[in-house]
Amino acid sequence: MPKESHTDDAVAGPPAPAEPPGFVTLLDPSGIRVANAEFDPYVADVTNDQLARLYDDLVIVRRLDVEATALQRQGELALWPPLLGQEAAQVGSARALRADDFVFSSYRENAVAYCRGVALPDLLRVWRGTAQSGWNPFEVGMATPSIVIGAQTLHAMGYAVGCQRDGVDSVAVAYFGDGATSEGDVNEAMIFAASFRAPVVFFCQNNQWAISEPVSLQAQRPLSERAPGFGIPSIRVDGNDVLAVMAATRQALERARCGGGPTFIEAVTYRMGPHTTSDDPSRYVDALQHEEWAAKDPLARVEAHLRDRGVLTDELAESIASHADEIATEFRCGCVELTDPLPLEVFDHVYAEPHRAIARQRSQYAAYLASIGMAQTDGE
Amino acid sequence: MTELTLSKAIGSGLRRALHDDGRVVLLGQDIGRLGGVFRVTDGLQRDFGADRVMDMPLAESAIIGMAIGLAYRGFRPVCEIQFDGFIYPAFDQIVAQAAKLHYRTRGAVRMPLTIRVPYGGGIGAVEHHSESPEAYFTHTSGLRVVTCSTPQDAHTMIRQAIACDDPVLFFEPKRRYWTKGEVDEEAGFPMDLARVVVEGADATIVTYGPLVATAIDAAAAAADEGLSIEVIDLRSLSPLDLDTVESSVRKTGRLVITHEAQEFGGLAAEIATAITDRCFSSLEAAPTRVTGFDVPYPASRLEDHFLPDLDRMLDAVDRVMGRQNSLSGWSGS
Repeated sequence: MPKESHTDDAVAGPPAPAEPPGFVTLLDPSGIRVANAEFDPYVADVTNDQLARLYDDLVIVRRLDVEATALQRQGELALWPPLLGQEAAQVGSARALRADDFVFSSYRENAVAYCRGVALPDLLRVWRGTAQSGWNPFEVGMATPSIVIGAQTLHAMGYAVGCQRDGVDSVAVAYFGDGATSEGDVNEAMIFAASFRAPVVFFCQNNQWAISEPVSLQAQRPLSERAPGFGIPSIRVDGNDVLAVMAATRQALERARCGGGPTFIEAVTYRMGPHTTSDDPSRYVDALQHEEWAAKDPLARVEAHLRDRGVLTDELAESIASHADEIATEFRCGCVELTDPLPLEVFDHVYAEPHRAIARQRSQYAAYLASIGMAQTDGE
Repeated sequence: MTELTLSKAIGSGLRRALHDDGRVVLLGQDIGRLGGVFRVTDGLQRDFGADRVMDMPLAESAIIGMAIGLAYRGFRPVCEIQFDGFIYPAFDQIVAQAAKLHYRTRGAVRMPLTIRVPYGGGIGAVEHHSESPEAYFTHTSGLRVVTCSTPQDAHTMIRQAIACDDPVLFFEPKRRYWTKGEVDEEAGFPMDLARVVVEGADATIVTYGPLVATAIDAAAAAADEGLSIEVIDLRSLSPLDLDTVESSVRKTGRLVITHEAQEFGGLAAEIATAITDRCFSSLEAAPTRVTGFDVPYPASRLEDHFLPDLDRMLDAVDRVMGRQNSLSGWSGS
């Protein structure tokens, strides 16, 4: 029986995109500045010296990431989620924010936290296991990272509605990954944000992987194509281009501050390391794909550009590297100085107001500790 | 003092909270123009505006998640989940986010959320409209769980729940929404203290929410047979006021715990264990339970068999009194 072409179509599944969709690039992988009429104005004020400072950030966060991985390998940390490869996506967006904006992130946004001014040891408390969170969110304008995938996007949306009700032009920024876009919470956050025209930026780092699952398992079309269906403007940006990420984020922030509501940004990047230090990407990562992305390194292109402009000399590069080493040393010292909490602290802060059941358990456990010679004087 | 139905008493409590604190906002489905499917929020959007009494798109997880974000921003959100059986999509946001944020941040972030949930059966409803999911939440550290049985308690407790800096699940006994009673807006008592509703000497019935009225009727019926039953309305399910229950059981020596929710792993098991632990030597009989059966909530034409009623409560009283009861001749396993 002759095969008819429509039969093939019927079983072929969703059509593949005709060609890989483009994204906004301002600094290409070789360091050449690409003109873009829409986005150039958003970074017109970024001088070569300022770009050099962004480069300094990129070097530092990569250095800290390497140090944290080493600390994990040496048993000082229980776990670490490396951000290798995603430095530009995080630094470019975080450096676009104002102090009064508020970040709701996932757990890999350690470069964002660094840019928000989180103290070095505070980046490590969770991963060392001395606390469930590292910092006071209100001191740095960044909530404690959410480990449940996508849950924080709803908080960002709610915070943004609060800003709107308060009549301020602060913006909430939700960071999440490609895997999170399959979560109901992320989709609900976009629906609500659109309905309330909330000043929130949905910043999705598409690093191509959700542990071992490729983005093709989450989406059959580019992630950036989803937001318009919710009535949300969307930008697809080269996530390894710090300048383009900054420009896109600034555009989104401007829209939010002016009452234009939410924006979705898909920062296309690549997770060059494992999901966490417990992961083994050799079981699933394609070596060729990995190599292709290595050639698009977020630091190398800025370095090439700055060298070409004569801004980055060998001397400056060395000073940036040694400065990063110093910060890494401080980071390491801060880590090993983090001490274990006292036993009865397990009962602290369960409730904001007095709670008789917790008080009773605490008192009974204190008696137990005393009975085995582990009496503790504590603050509460 | 004004006479109000229980639903109106909650509404007047919400009205006072909105009036007294500009940071209080209401979030829910159909709570604005319609005034809620049970009309609890009737007139509030008209009087306080759509910025403070907000109709929500239909996504329970997002309603709670949005409230968490608002709380981060210093608001005091009150969420309505339309029916008990619709709370599950919001489970993560309640038990893994709202409940844990204060602990996670070592006290930096407070979550003064109130989550109102009409619950319980007895109204002949279709599936998902008659459930009693309180034990899921009492099992979660970081949440407070309360329920009311009278208009006065409803009014006073909803205002306390909103004023509380912890997340509070506020369960509303929907079949008692139309119960009338006097409400004194200035009345004050801590919502986490149980109330002795009927004093008695022979046995204690501990209950809460919709079954308080049933237990009062059971005590009255028992009195006709010469039995003196003490009835305790717990009000707060987490934390439990076990001191009040303990002093009652020290007096009566006999304990019956009753709730609509399924028996296994429920509140009654917790109370029976805690009271046995605290006053074992005062007990004249093993504490016993009268609860919904360990089946999904049944079709409405069967709900009278599922729900504890006056007669099943009295049968349990007979058991703890050592009198002839339904299990006297029972030889099953």
